[in-house]
Parts: sequence; C-alpha cells; structure tokens
Amino acid sequence: MLVPLCMTLWFSFQRYNLLNPFISGFAGVDNYTYLLTDPALWTAMGNTLLLVGWVLAITVVGGTLLAVLFQQEFFGRGIARLLVIAPFFVMPTVSALIWKNMMMHPVNGVLAWLFNLFGFQAVDWFSSLPLTSIILIVSWEWLPFALLILLTAIQSLDDDQVEAARMDGAGPIAIFWFITLPHLKRAISVVIMIEMIFLLTIFAEIFVTTSGGPGLASTNLAYLIYIRALLDFDVGGASAGGVIAIVLANIVAIFLIRTVARHLET
Amino acid sequence: MHSSITKKLAITLLAWAIALVVFFPIFWMILTGFKTEGEAVATPPSLFFEPTLSGYHEVMARADYVKFAINSVVVSLGSTLLALLIAVPAAYSMAFLPTPRTRGTLLWMLSTKMLPPVGVLMPVYLLFRDLGLLDSLSGLIVIYMLMNLPIVVWMLYTFFKDVPKDILEAGRMDGAGTLQEVLYLLVPLTLPGIASTGLLSVILSWNEAFWSLNLTTSSAAPLTAFIASFSSPEGLFWAKLSAASTMAIAPILILGWMTQKQMVRGLTFGAVK
Repeated sequence: MLVPLCMTLWFSFQRYNLLNPFISGFAGVDNYTYLLTDPALWTAMGNTLLLVGWVLAITVVGGTLLAVLFQQEFFGRGIARLLVIAPFFVMPTVSALIWKNMMMHPVNGVLAWLFNLFGFQAVDWFSSLPLTSIILIVSWEWLPFALLILLTAIQSLDDDQVEAARMDGAGPIAIFWFITLPHLKRAISVVIMIEMIFLLTIFAEIFVTTSGGPGLASTNLAYLIYIRALLDFDVGGASAGGVIAIVLANIVAIFLIRTVARHLET
Repeated sequence: MHSSITKKLAITLLAWAIALVVFFPIFWMILTGFKTEGEAVATPPSLFFEPTLSGYHEVMARADYVKFAINSVVVSLGSTLLALLIAVPAAYSMAFLPTPRTRGTLLWMLSTKMLPPVGVLMPVYLLFRDLGLLDSLSGLIVIYMLMNLPIVVWMLYTFFKDVPKDILEAGRMDGAGTLQEVLYLLVPLTLPGIASTGLLSVILSWNEAFWSLNLTTSSAAPLTAFIASFSSPEGLFWAKLSAASTMAIAPILILGWMTQKQMVRGLTFGAVK
C-alpha cells in the first residue's frame, strides 16, 4: 500500500486535471489551501463524525441489550439467532438497494405503507432525512456484528457470580450494570475498534442511496474525495483530500485505539 | 413454575419479534424476487401471490450469473489465501520477536484501513493500467489481499500472542527450524483462529464493491458488479433486481450461517475471554 500512498502524496502537490492535460506543474500547497478553505470539507467531516458516532452508539447499546435477550433460554433460539445476524453477510450494495427501493421508498416502500396504515404522513426518507436514513441502514448492517461478538462474550459469564449476586438481593438491572457490563468491556472495545475501521470509509451505502445529497447533507469524507476525483476529474485536489483523510484517520486512530487498546491489554 | 413458563414465553415473543423485524428486509427481497414486476410495486404490498420464476429467468438470460459467481469465488478465495500466506510470517515475527515498535507498527497498519480507498484510486488505477492488471482476476486478488491484510495480520497476531512460548521453545530443542516450527506447531495450534480470520476475509472480499466496480469491466467482474449492472439502468424493475440480489448474497449468507460459530470463536478467541 506504500507505493500508491507516495503517489497520492506526490499528486497532491500537483496541478493535475484529467480533463485538461495542459494544466500541469507543481502546485505547492495550493490544493491544500483550496480544500481547507472549502466549506464542503468541514461539512463532510462533520457528517463523517456524526455517522460514525451514531452508528457506534446504536450498535453497541443495541447489541449489548440484544445479547442479553438472546442469551436467555427460549423456543427456537437457534433459528432466531441466525435470522438476527443475517444482515452482516449481505453486501452493502445490496442492502442499500433493498432499503432504498423496498423499505424507504416514499410511495411503494413498506415503511410508507406502515406509516399510512397508522394514519401518519409517509416520509420521503432520502430527501428530508438523508443522514438519518444512512445511519439507519448502516446500523442495520452492523448491529448483527456487535450482537455476534457480544453474545459470545456474554456466554462466558460466570453463572455462579450472577447467582451469588442474586442471593445478595441484586435485581436484574443491578446484575446487568455491575456484573454483565464490566464483563463485556473487552468485547465492546473489540466491536468499537473493528466497526470504526469500516465506518470511517462508508461509501457504497451513500453512493447507492443519496449520492451524498441533497446538497452535501449526507456527504462524508470518503464520498467527497470521490466527487472531487471522479466527477470533477481533479486528481490533485482529490489526492490532497486523500492525504487529509489519512491524517484525520490517524488522529482518530491514535486517540481511540489508545483508549480501546488499553482495555485489550489487560 | 408457572411464572417461569410465562417468562419464557414472553422472552420468546420479544426475541422472535426483534429477529423478524431485523430479518424482514432480506425476507422481503427474497419474496419480491418471486413476484411479477406489477406485484412488486403494488400498494398495499401483496403478501400472498402466485410465485413466479420469471424474474430469475430474465436475469439468467441477460447476464452470465455463473461467470460472475466463479469470479467472486476465485477472487475471494485467492486473496484470502495470499493474505494468509503473507500474514502468517508477519504475525509470527511480531508475536515472537517483538521490538519496541511492534505495537506502533500494528496500529499504523490498522489505521491505513481507515483511509477511504478512493484516496488511492488514481495511483492504483494508473499502476494497474501500466502493469496490464486492469480487469484481470490476478489484479483484483492483489488489491483485495492488500485491503484485508492489516486486519488479517492483526487478528493472527492476537492468536499467536496467546501461544505459550514454551511450546515453541520445546520444538526448537528437538531441532525444529523456524519453518517447521511455524508449519507443525504454530499453525495447528492456532487453526481455529486462522480459519475464522480466513472466513472474515472471504466475506469482506465477497462483499467489496468499490474496487471491483472501478478496476474491472467485464472479464474479471465479480458479483458486486453483476448487481451494479442491474441497479443503475433499470433500478425500477424491483422483481428482477431482487432476484439478482438474492442470487448474489445466497452463497455468502449460507456460508456465513454455517460457519458463524466457528467464526465468532476465532474472532473472540484472542481478544475476548
């Protein structure tokens, strides 16, 4: 991966537009100043953080609660578990298409039909709530992953410990808070770390559903770079965006992985 | 006794309700694949209808599903094997011959995964064009291998780290070289971990869309490209689209279902206890 990285670094200092071969030469930091003063970059960065933050919150909280539920004994547990983890195996392109066409479509979608059934106005998800829609779809894809990991972790919980706590008069909520949750700390760290790696570069879901719009409402950093590179044919600008993304990713990575990695060590 | 039965029933209801809601979009897609185009867009949605295979027939007539599927299989298996081949020695040296910088190197490798692939698309595209790798299976295998390598190395590292050094020491006493040590001691000991790493890598490669769409046109195109070819020009033919989607996810979904226990055991083997 190092060679392309260096080339990206090199291109980012060049004037390089695929549409006009006569514009060339060394641009210095022009591409960077242009990007950093472009309000689109900050919007995209904000969207990226919102997307990652919300999806992490939904999947970790939801995954933990579901793990507790699906760990209980009940009828048909094996099959119910298989159904719940299925979305993780579906390719992002396909899940985005399903949600776009069959679930969230304002006229023919299942959600629109449900809303009408209960007397609400059908929501045009992708034009009025673009980022929320993306967050919903991505959470749907990653919730099973969190559940899968946390469910395994929860199964190694010591039954005697729970029993002892119950003897001492702890209610289910106290048991969850003081015994189950601390036990899951490492598993939750793993989930956060792996999910973050993939969530920072979410692309297919946005590409298929909203194309980053309306305006820039659902454009994240990955999609902004895509627009610059492939739609504006501005290789220099896109490369500069790529470099900014690497720097950003590394800052987030160092900051978050350090905190998470501490849990992993012990 | 009575109350525990009631409780079990309540949990059953709740868990199944959630499971069905989560699975519903996939179920609906499979169902839509068996409808006619008219029924597919009907409001209110029709639950009871005469199943038809016409969607599947039309998809099969228009595109060579088997070819796309074979490409997907070759590329995901090939890239996974290649990644494991490179990652095993790398993780070995990191786990057993650590330097003060090992941790940093690992974190840095992982952080490259956070870079949007589009950031290196231009250089990779130009490199591939000059090397004649565009639209070739080997090119796609290489790029997927690079894409998954950081995760594969990291996972193998966590598994290897848990192997007691004494065992390898004993092997060395008995005259095993490094290669034998890895092949006959380390690999068999961590096989569950290696298997689950491989499975995850296969799934990720199978579902990858960005590189396959940008680096292939026809002869090496995997199933993600197959879906894309149905989604853009005729995104409104839902029955056909659903049939194609079902065919594209079925193999990996079944593989995932069959191996989920194995996969999770490996995923959480090193990190979660």
